[in-house]
Amino acid sequence: MKLQTKITLALVAFGLVMLAFAAPAVFAADKVDPVADAKAFKKFFYDKFPKLKPEDFVNGPYSMDADLYKQWQEKEQFPPYEFSLEMGKEMFSKPFKNGKTYGDCFPNKGIGIRQDYPYFDEKEGKVITLELALNRCREANGEPAFSYVRDEMAALTAYMAFTSRGKPFDIKIPNDPRALEAYEKGKEYFYTRRGQLNFSCATCHVQSPGEKVRTEVLAPALGIVNAMPIYRSEWSGMGTTSRRFTTCNSQIRGVPLTPQDDEYRNVEYYLSYVSNGLPISGPGARP
Amino acid sequence: MRLGVFTSVMVLLLAGATSALAASEDDYKAAYAAAEAANKQAASLRNQWTTTASTLAAAKKFADGGDFEKATASAKEAEALAKASIFQATSEKERWRDLEIR
Repeated sequence: MKLQTKITLALVAFGLVMLAFAAPAVFAADKVDPVADAKAFKKFFYDKFPKLKPEDFVNGPYSMDADLYKQWQEKEQFPPYEFSLEMGKEMFSKPFKNGKTYGDCFPNKGIGIRQDYPYFDEKEGKVITLELALNRCREANGEPAFSYVRDEMAALTAYMAFTSRGKPFDIKIPNDPRALEAYEKGKEYFYTRRGQLNFSCATCHVQSPGEKVRTEVLAPALGIVNAMPIYRSEWSGMGTTSRRFTTCNSQIRGVPLTPQDDEYRNVEYYLSYVSNGLPISGPGARP
Repeated sequence: MRLGVFTSVMVLLLAGATSALAASEDDYKAAYAAAEAANKQAASLRNQWTTTASTLAAAKKFADGGDFEKATASAKEAEALAKASIFQATSEKERWRDLEIR
């Protein structure tokens, strides 16, 4: 046998072996099952905290600690996010320079729709979060985008969440392999350890909800995005979902990605989907 | 006489050892470049650590102050941190499933 033929045969054999290894990965991707995931996710938390009603999970650490719960009820008499809510309401109704408003960019004029975000845009092939949709609305109307981690974005999303309070999360995953891939990537991001502390999102919010990191009671992952945006006493101000994700990363000594990068959009998609059925409670307040 | 020779030899040996251990600017530059390259690879894996960046900054500060010994040590530490973050990102590609709720 000529040397060239031997090399060709060896390459073909190598290719077949590689295909055999690749096949299970393709199969695994075919088995992405968000419905089963959400069911298992909820069961895990319901079993872990049998005394809580499902809707209690959207109250984060307050549902985990009796003293905190009392403090929170008192706080809710004069909620610390109220100033942001007022600001958001005013911003939302004030027309852009071209005369249009945020309402013109959204279904139902933007009222009572928080529970439908994020959604998967089949034209673009990507996840669209509420924060991203708001900035796109601004840019489409000739206005500059807001920072994803500052007060203006928090105020707008606070108002939109407030008009949707009590409505159950209703995140849809269309029958599109790209949507399933985005969901799966969001799940992977959620469970992947990162940063020098070697923490994943799940380390705190699946393995340790109800326990303390320093003085803070950790919130359960179930329902965690239902309360966004949040006023945090620690921040002495409001925080968007983007702010929450980026600060989580830096707290574990990981360099945060840019707000609204695909990873953050996908993990919000995943977390929102597995909380489907639980009511929107934002804006929230946290210690 | 014997003691004098012995002392001279020891002094020469010590001087040689010290000059072998002391890091030069070139050593620092090589260590810094290696650390930066590893940190770039971590960035491509979307998994840089804040401590790599701060240790690289510390290395640069030592070098700016002319302390190439500490600058080289910091740069080497930064490279080790960057390599650990690469290892983490690579191993987590499969290991994340261990944490998944099923």
